[in-house]
Amino acid sequence: METIADMGGTRGWGRAPVPVDEPVFAESWEGRAFALTLLSMGRVSGRNLDAFRHALERLPRDDYLADGYYGRWLNAAELMLTDSAILAPGAVNARARANRGEQTDQPAFPEPNKPDYQNTAAGQLRTVAEPPRFAVGDRVRAKDIHPEGHTRLCGYLRGHRGVIELIQPAAVLPDTNAHFLGENPQYVYAVGFDSHELWGPDAESFRLHVDLFESYLEADE
Amino acid sequence: MTTSAPNRDRLPPSLRTEALEQLLVERGLVDSAVMDKFIATYENDVGPLNGAQVVAKAWTDPEYKERLLAEGTSAIKELGFGGPQGEHIVVVENTPDVHHVVVCSLCSCYPWPVLGLPPSWYKDPAYRSRMVREPRAVLAEMGLTLPADVEIKVWDSSSEVRYLVLPQRPAGTEGRPVEELAAMVTRDTMVGVAEVGS
Repeated sequence: METIADMGGTRGWGRAPVPVDEPVFAESWEGRAFALTLLSMGRVSGRNLDAFRHALERLPRDDYLADGYYGRWLNAAELMLTDSAILAPGAVNARARANRGEQTDQPAFPEPNKPDYQNTAAGQLRTVAEPPRFAVGDRVRAKDIHPEGHTRLCGYLRGHRGVIELIQPAAVLPDTNAHFLGENPQYVYAVGFDSHELWGPDAESFRLHVDLFESYLEADE
Repeated sequence: MTTSAPNRDRLPPSLRTEALEQLLVERGLVDSAVMDKFIATYENDVGPLNGAQVVAKAWTDPEYKERLLAEGTSAIKELGFGGPQGEHIVVVENTPDVHHVVVCSLCSCYPWPVLGLPPSWYKDPAYRSRMVREPRAVLAEMGLTLPADVEIKVWDSSSEVRYLVLPQRPAGTEGRPVEELAAMVTRDTMVGVAEVGS
């Protein structure tokens, strides 16, 4: 899914910020939004981090950007909670308006409709019986695919050639787990790409490593 | 694939956060006291001081450094650090010839157990979009100008693997106690956007 979240290589964001000393949470609501999101994420159908990331990337661009990092967490938490009918659409805004004294109708709590889903273990790492398909040093290509749903295959890698540099532990496949459709654990590989393969002959020279799930890759014959 | 627009008539996030907390407490889904504990943990306990201890130990204990580079997660666990966003941590070592830097172009994945929650620059769209495309220029804008012959290696954390940079130990620090060394190691040096000053 091509989304606002898939920012790698995109233009128009300006200069990189100079790091400054800053509190962990700039405003107190950010800490509340952080804790609310982490806790409520676990109240849908297990603690599904992939579903949360998918909620983030489904946000309209304005909602993704307007209130910064914890603003988007807040919006994604609300989206997950309304998706599973834990909250009624509009309930949060209605309560916020009521709290500031406006006359407003607040929707009743709906009957929850959560996905019938359970992860097989805590965390994202899993073991798989088969050996890894690729070995360190193998030449691979990131598939040129455009899934409609969640994926962790960065758009800027599609179709490009790289080399397997590290075999990482197998993990739950985000593409299905995010949709509550199964864990499908796979090996993950740190794939090394030459910057000129990605960005052309005039690009800076550097090496880029990205962790890619096995099904994102094909052998480069 | 549905995309919903919950906040077309935008209200301040502070008000919406307060409203969401009330609704979830009424629903019996969150407990405000538990939230307070979460917030305090990440404000006070889990932060870059953890990572700095790991780095200082690696600088002073060659066998530890070997374990850290071979099996980051378990070596970090030896110092008592682990937990969410740290299931599998890979440590990469900066040298006079190679400079590593970490980014998450898709969201803001970051090794919480050793560095805490990510700083605002790490979450900035400019950093996320450009670090995978023009790292030398981005580092220079952030205050780190690397010699032209230093090779840059960028790690885009797109899976559950988390990366920690082991920065170079500054010259002239031989014999300093490990606590003093740890105090020199900043968050930014462990992501790779700064070098440790002497």
